[in-house]
Amino acid sequence: MIGIEHYVIVSSVLFVLGVLGIFLNRKNVIIILMAIELILLAVNINLVAFSAFLGDLTGQVFAMFVLTVAAGEAAIGLAILVIYFRGRGTIAVDSVDHLKG
Amino acid sequence: MIQTLAFYLFAVLVIASGTFTILARNPVHSVLWLIMAFFNAAGLMVIVGAEFIAMLLVIVYVGAVAVLFLFVVMMLDIDFAELRAGFMKNFPLGIAIALVLLAELVLGVGAYKAGALKLGTPDGSATPPLGESNIEAIGALLYGKYLFLFESAGIILLVAMIGAIVLTHRGARAPRGQQSISKQIARKPSEATVNTKPEVGQGVQL
Repeated sequence: MIGIEHYVIVSSVLFVLGVLGIFLNRKNVIIILMAIELILLAVNINLVAFSAFLGDLTGQVFAMFVLTVAAGEAAIGLAILVIYFRGRGTIAVDSVDHLKG
Repeated sequence: MIQTLAFYLFAVLVIASGTFTILARNPVHSVLWLIMAFFNAAGLMVIVGAEFIAMLLVIVYVGAVAVLFLFVVMMLDIDFAELRAGFMKNFPLGIAIALVLLAELVLGVGAYKAGALKLGTPDGSATPPLGESNIEAIGALLYGKYLFLFESAGIILLVAMIGAIVLTHRGARAPRGQQSISKQIARKPSEATVNTKPEVGQGVQL
């Protein structure tokens, strides 16, 4: 029998994978952005699972807002990436701090 | 029973796809694994009876965000000759993924027909759903109780769209070699040239 615990385990594994992805791919911004998407997906799975568990639809409405913010974040992040690539010719993040002085 | 089977399939595949997303060497493969992860997460949501969010996940993530990622990945520096090289090598993997997706579709539809998974018993503190189906209930909630939140989500999307356009827009390039015909016609020889007879030792006054 599948319970809420199963869903929480899946979403926490996905969350940890997302955080791990940020630390494993420190050079590639695109994969970092995808790891952030994985983290938000884990949050969404959690929200939907608890919404089904409690019989309260508010969780699903919340998941929709998380989806909205994730879409906006991906658009802005990729736009920043494109102008960064235009200016520098590379997307390696280890040279992003060149303004630091 | 079929729900349990579907849950384990979706759960294992969403975790495997997430792992390959962060481990793949090629960013294009990473995006494709991310799409797979989103599909499986949508499956996980379908079997608890949240069809609307599952459909939204497929439409928004697979249809927009993942394609946006793919577009940016393709725009940046990727070696395409290397990508095209291994068609026959990747053929078994492609067939395997196609079969897995087919099994998922069959299982997902079967589990959905068998009714939503009961994760637990509600404690009665929740607001009761306002409609027959999941989509009706969410619609009643979204356009009723959470109307202002819904509109603010629209504003967030508008701001993101304007921000992305402002960041990446380069503006029209200045036109080159544009001629003004009326100015050319209005010009007379008497204005343009002049005959002078300078004395020896004096320059020409312009």
